[in-house]
Amino acid sequence: MEKAPSLKPGEVNLGVTNRVTDKLTQIHDRIFCCRSGSAADTQAIADIVHYYLQVFTVQEGQPPTVEVAANMFQRLVYDNKDQLMAGIIIGGWDAVNGPSVYSIPLGGSLHRRPFAIGGSGSSYIYGYCDATYKEGMSREECIAFTKNAVSLAMSRDGSSGGTIRLAIITKDKVERVFVPGNELPVFYEG
Amino acid sequence: MSSVGTGYDLSASTYSPDGRIFQIEYAGKAVENSGTCIGIRAKDGVVIAHEKLIHSKLLVPGSNRRIQTVDQHIGMVGAGLLADSRHLVTLAREEASSYRDNYKTPIPAKMIAERVASYVSAFTLYSSVRPFGLSTIIGVMDVHGPALYMIEPSGVHYGYFGCAAGKGKQVAKTEIEKLKFAELSARDAVKAAAKIIHMVHDDAKDKEFELEMSWICEESGRKHQPVPADILQEAERLAKAQLNADEMEED
Repeated sequence: MEKAPSLKPGEVNLGVTNRVTDKLTQIHDRIFCCRSGSAADTQAIADIVHYYLQVFTVQEGQPPTVEVAANMFQRLVYDNKDQLMAGIIIGGWDAVNGPSVYSIPLGGSLHRRPFAIGGSGSSYIYGYCDATYKEGMSREECIAFTKNAVSLAMSRDGSSGGTIRLAIITKDKVERVFVPGNELPVFYEG
Repeated sequence: MSSVGTGYDLSASTYSPDGRIFQIEYAGKAVENSGTCIGIRAKDGVVIAHEKLIHSKLLVPGSNRRIQTVDQHIGMVGAGLLADSRHLVTLAREEASSYRDNYKTPIPAKMIAERVASYVSAFTLYSSVRPFGLSTIIGVMDVHGPALYMIEPSGVHYGYFGCAAGKGKQVAKTEIEKLKFAELSARDAVKAAAKIIHMVHDDAKDKEFELEMSWICEESGRKHQPVPADILQEAERLAKAQLNADEMEED
């Protein structure tokens, strides 16, 4: 149950791993979230935020910023932290701030990051991510970074694995990439 | 007034046979008696100004300000009943603050104008309440830049480059129409506003007045603030000199 998003100017790149369910969830045209923790809790939260953003768009006559979406998540997670198991990463593109990534860990705090990792497998890849991430990476570098990070986490983490799902979010479009289990980047496996 | 005595003007929830609501028109009369308010949207900011009529020499200079701050980036002034204006500012502050609570971003111009306007409009729908005796001018700087709105007693609201309400509304409007908004800086707008307020004020007929002016622009850090005293004084001095010169020419 692992994921790793990253970003470069003009692009946000989100990745998760799970064979059974798609935990990379679209909550608006250019805003996605990676859900970790309880599937029930995070699905419910994503549904609520999705609804809020629909109303917001109608009222304001323009799409929401990633910041607004992240704040909605944060509010829900923080206000109900005693009842929830939810670690959420929000990524997307908006006209005000361009591409951005926010992370909301268990307690319900909110952090804007150049990249964020979360979920059970993430603790195995802090080293890799810190050592590899560079500011202003190209689109291809970004995709490779995300794929490698997720793949490394999968091989170490017993509860992560199977496939990689990616979303490449830019101003003009969202690309969903699916990497099947036999095409994963392979590293030392002992 | 043809409406008086017909019975159609007793409540804001009654139409006249030709489709008018007299209570709203009467509210408009309350606005016409007030000191002039103007708003100017420049290319890098918004300026709002008010001709505060001094109805008693016993009042402390600078007191009873009509221009009020709704949020860091929003200024509001109401021509009409001061008590109504205060009430509406309180409402606007609550709206701005709840928007901040919910979305953690400052409320956009369009949203604050819309919400205040719906509130004003609700007071034209029931026989148990009276409409606001107010035309409210709202100046905002949001992510899209400067914006200016005016809300009338009926609740209608439009976005403007320049607007005016109160006693000198007509004259002020014709003067504002002469401005070149595409080139106008906030500093120029301050000068223009000072000139217009001094122009619409009739020294012979009207009571004395204080010029209240505030702005939201880059120079004020995108915050709603009174125009600094030195800039305001200089603008007033220039305005008076220009108006005197115009008069000399006419003679």
